[in-house]
Amino acid sequence: MHWSELIIQQTINGLTRGAIFACIALGYTMVYGIIELINFAHGDIFMLGLMVSLTLFAALGLAHTLGPWELLIFMPLILVLTMLITGFLNLAVDRIAYRPLRRAPRLVPLISAIGVSFMLENLALVWKGPYVLSYPDVFPSFDILRDVFHLESEIYVTSKDLLVIGVTIPLIFGLHFFVTRTFWGKAMRATAQDPETAAAMGIDVERMIMLTCFIGGALAGAAGMVHGLYYNIGQWWMGYQAGLRAFTAAVLGGIGNMPGAALGGFVIGFLSTWSDQYISARWTNAVVFSILILVLVFRPHGLLGEPAPEKH
Amino acid sequence: MLEVLDVHTSYGKIRALKGISLKVERGEIVTLIGSNGAGKTTALKTIIGTLKPHRGEIRLDGNRIDRLSTDKVVRMGIAQSPEGRRIFARMSVLENLELGAFARADKHNVAADMGRVLALFPRLGERLQQKGGTLSGGEQQMLAMGRALMANPKLLLLDEPSMGLSPILVETIFETIRNIRQQGTTILLVEQNARMALRISDRGYVIQAGYIVLHDRADDLLRSDLVRKSYLGEKFA
Repeated sequence: MHWSELIIQQTINGLTRGAIFACIALGYTMVYGIIELINFAHGDIFMLGLMVSLTLFAALGLAHTLGPWELLIFMPLILVLTMLITGFLNLAVDRIAYRPLRRAPRLVPLISAIGVSFMLENLALVWKGPYVLSYPDVFPSFDILRDVFHLESEIYVTSKDLLVIGVTIPLIFGLHFFVTRTFWGKAMRATAQDPETAAAMGIDVERMIMLTCFIGGALAGAAGMVHGLYYNIGQWWMGYQAGLRAFTAAVLGGIGNMPGAALGGFVIGFLSTWSDQYISARWTNAVVFSILILVLVFRPHGLLGEPAPEKH
Repeated sequence: MLEVLDVHTSYGKIRALKGISLKVERGEIVTLIGSNGAGKTTALKTIIGTLKPHRGEIRLDGNRIDRLSTDKVVRMGIAQSPEGRRIFARMSVLENLELGAFARADKHNVAADMGRVLALFPRLGERLQQKGGTLSGGEQQMLAMGRALMANPKLLLLDEPSMGLSPILVETIFETIRNIRQQGTTILLVEQNARMALRISDRGYVIQAGYIVLHDRADDLLRSDLVRKSYLGEKFA
């Protein structure tokens, strides 16, 4: 493989990985924006998205590579069900573990979040066991450039890359449309900017928090499902690693800033694949966190975050 | 319309309101004057439900509202232009105004009220797409008042609308407050600029250290020794 092809290949891989990070990072940043809590359990919601979709495929008896009609019916069905389940799960986490602590000092819900993270991980451990699970290869896998366009190329762009992009990018843009164009989306942003004043507009702040948690959880669930379909493996502790990187992405972009979280996700995706290729996979965490530290030293509010807090 | 009866409010252990009572009748402008820290803002925050009183009652048209959350109080017909304006800085002027109408059941009247607000504050109409955070202080005050009016409230609470504004703008703002009342909105005003506030008001209350110490018609308050000495800065021979 020529070196230029290698760069392109790793960039494509980075795009795919980054799209998954972006989806998770958006949930982190939205929830932080509205209740100023780093939801440590968020990565585990992502993991449960994988587990739930895996269970749904199994329940429907789908362990083979699906045909066109099956894809058209079952993929959207399972995606939507998974997103609903993880959305409500995240909402329940807020209700049970964070809402009673709304007026407590900020460290208290943070500790509660770490506790929830352990609980969800152990739930998955009991439910699915300690093994590396194989996620069925239900999505047909083929190479786009060679198999479809008959190009002579060493670069692989697979149908699974398209799957990840095809699911995550519309979700990201859909969310953007929702928060910038719709009435409820605007109310959600207003609540994140200033809850007290939002309440004085007649906005039910608790309901907005519920909506935010639901959306964040649903996005993480979708990311979990496409992660499973793409890599074909899953394990009970995988949410920790993914959550840590997605959280880094959210901070890199400017915590609380939604376009920042999406951008941060892709930046981390590219950096981590390049680092895996050109440095070494075992150094990737060090590289990612070094970049984070550098960004925070020179731009403490992140790439797109705003310097002055608007909160009163 | 609004009755506040023996209301006590605390921040933790600090007692900010120690039993205040006041009334606002339909169509009135009533002013609450007092120095910094006397409890003016606390009183407004307690009325709109941001703070909960631990004693006393607040009634709007006879219905108790002191146990309701802020969004429900707003739905009952109270809106507020808060201290420090609290504009949604990252949202456009238009979005800020639309949010003011968030809780309304009568969505079909919103467009008419938008027209009314833009007629009151033509400057806002020129800046509809601009981000709230980029407005000048005076424009932000106009936006805060316009946003509150978009709720079409029975009762409008105004917290220090003249704060930090140039004398000419202060004149404009007070003139506008008078216009808003003429259009039928009842107003409870909190001000440090006691002279200007009392001039446009029907009645006034003087609040000191969490107590209402004086209550009278506005022109009588302007002539009273306490107000002249403490709030108008007049020297006595």
